[in-house]
Amino acid sequence: MAEAKIQSYNINFGPQHPAAHGVLRLILEMSGESVERADPHIGLLHRGTEKLIEHKVYQQSIPYFDRLDYVGTMNQEHAFVLAAEKLLGLEVPLRGQYIRVLYCEMGRILNHILNVCSFVFDVGGMTPMLWGFEEREKLMEFYERASGARLHANYFRIGGVAWDVPAGLLEDIDAWCDQFPKVIDDIETLVTENRIFKQRTVDIGTVSPEQALDWGFTGPNLRASGIAWDLRKAQPYEVYDRMDFDIPVGKHGDCYDRYLIRIVEMRESVKMMKQCIREMPAGAVRADDRKVTPPPRAEMKRSMEALIHHFKLFTEGFHVPEGETYAAVEAPKGEFAVYLVADGTNKPYRCKIRPPGYVHLQALDMMSKGHMLADVVANIGSIDIVFGEIDR
Amino acid sequence: MTQALKDLGDHIAAALPNDVLDTEVNRVGELSVTVRTGSVVRVLTFLRDDANCLFKQLVDVCGVDWPAREQRFDVVYHLLSLKHNQRVRVKVATDEDAPVPSVVGVFSSAGWFEREVWDMYGVVFSDHPDLRRILTDYGFEGHPLRKDFPLTGYVELRYDEEQKRCVYEPVKLTQDYRSFDFLSPWEGSGPLPGDEKAEGRG
Repeated sequence: MAEAKIQSYNINFGPQHPAAHGVLRLILEMSGESVERADPHIGLLHRGTEKLIEHKVYQQSIPYFDRLDYVGTMNQEHAFVLAAEKLLGLEVPLRGQYIRVLYCEMGRILNHILNVCSFVFDVGGMTPMLWGFEEREKLMEFYERASGARLHANYFRIGGVAWDVPAGLLEDIDAWCDQFPKVIDDIETLVTENRIFKQRTVDIGTVSPEQALDWGFTGPNLRASGIAWDLRKAQPYEVYDRMDFDIPVGKHGDCYDRYLIRIVEMRESVKMMKQCIREMPAGAVRADDRKVTPPPRAEMKRSMEALIHHFKLFTEGFHVPEGETYAAVEAPKGEFAVYLVADGTNKPYRCKIRPPGYVHLQALDMMSKGHMLADVVANIGSIDIVFGEIDR
Repeated sequence: MTQALKDLGDHIAAALPNDVLDTEVNRVGELSVTVRTGSVVRVLTFLRDDANCLFKQLVDVCGVDWPAREQRFDVVYHLLSLKHNQRVRVKVATDEDAPVPSVVGVFSSAGWFEREVWDMYGVVFSDHPDLRRILTDYGFEGHPLRKDFPLTGYVELRYDEEQKRCVYEPVKLTQDYRSFDFLSPWEGSGPLPGDEKAEGRG
């Protein structure tokens, strides 16, 4: 029999593919069953967020941030309000900071549940998905009770949060925190030592520490490669310097380590949420600066000045003094940052959003080279991408 | 922290006197280094490898459009040093035609960021291995984040039932896009006519 000559060929993966985690179109150049080049075509969900923000006053930009990474929404809002507060020189009251940290950690758990469970789903395990989504639903109820919306919360404001959490909510969150580690345990008993899962993930998509830095990895993906770096520890914002938590660091930088990091991070986040609830002081949740934050409704009925402030804030908005800043937060997926250029008017002159997933997806080619087609799916699942933030 | 950044800025300016135009620590305590357009590769390599800098991560590259300027675009690089726990911002200016040297050879993460700046602003990067559009549609024309690009765009897309395919058409808005100017006319316009005394000039 004559020797068969294998020709390289292309596979079109997506844009509608259950393992593409959204609208990812991937052109795979294959040689037999191994991948020679992966070329992601992104932008199918591009909505021009940055352009829209340039045409809106500052408060109106916040809802756009929910629609970026729609899995852990408040973390994105956080970066934007921090940037604006930096330029305004605004101090957030302590209770407001605690509420923000509480909800950011909740967002981290929301994100990691979705990622871990859908990652396991991608490589063949269905049960964690069903268990995880039950917990996600409970967390989104906490979102709803605070902000009125399950997903697109729009709860953070420049200067604090929209309003205080309703009575009884913190107790319920605390009770949830007590039972959630049990759910992680359950998921772990199914997955962590699972032979099939390990075969699909160990030594797949290995990223060395040098590569991770070169490709701009942040967040859990960077830590899985063995670099101990977390913005919450290194450049603490809000009350993270008071929080008592550990940073898990991986050893091998493969898909399995990235999964483990997220599992441990969820446990740490639960710890932080409990600490927030325990230590949360009473008091205001929003800065008391009438040029930036609107007055309470009751005050408007009696005070002319409050009424004028309210009117001005909801038509013209407030002016942010000229300057530029780069505000980064440790979002669940990595370093999410906003580069804000203000020109002294009521609208941002430029608002560049730095999504972590964009950078991670870029490295997919490097991670997948030489692997099998099925491993590309594992890689996509493990780097944790959501197209809302990648395409913006 | 601010002092450390000032020292760092001086160190960079002293080490690269022909490349650095200006270093500044702004009022929120962030270091910006403005460099010559042609020197960006040398500056970023220095920032990555110098023992006092070790900015091993390029976290962001973006463009900013200033239409009033002769060199209307800024390309802004954000670097992060894990070792020294510091950030630095590097800026270069360019116009529609003059290419900016690509830094993909220094930081692999620059690849997509530069593609995005090309896509959104039309800034050309020389020696970029793969300078294609990234976020906009296949066959898109124009650069949407330029200040002279309208928010509503030029074309819209719909599925045509007769032709059984997607068709592009010029944008038709049932209501014109309205941009409300809420800026107070009393601010920033100088003294009112007849009120020169207020400025002590009357």
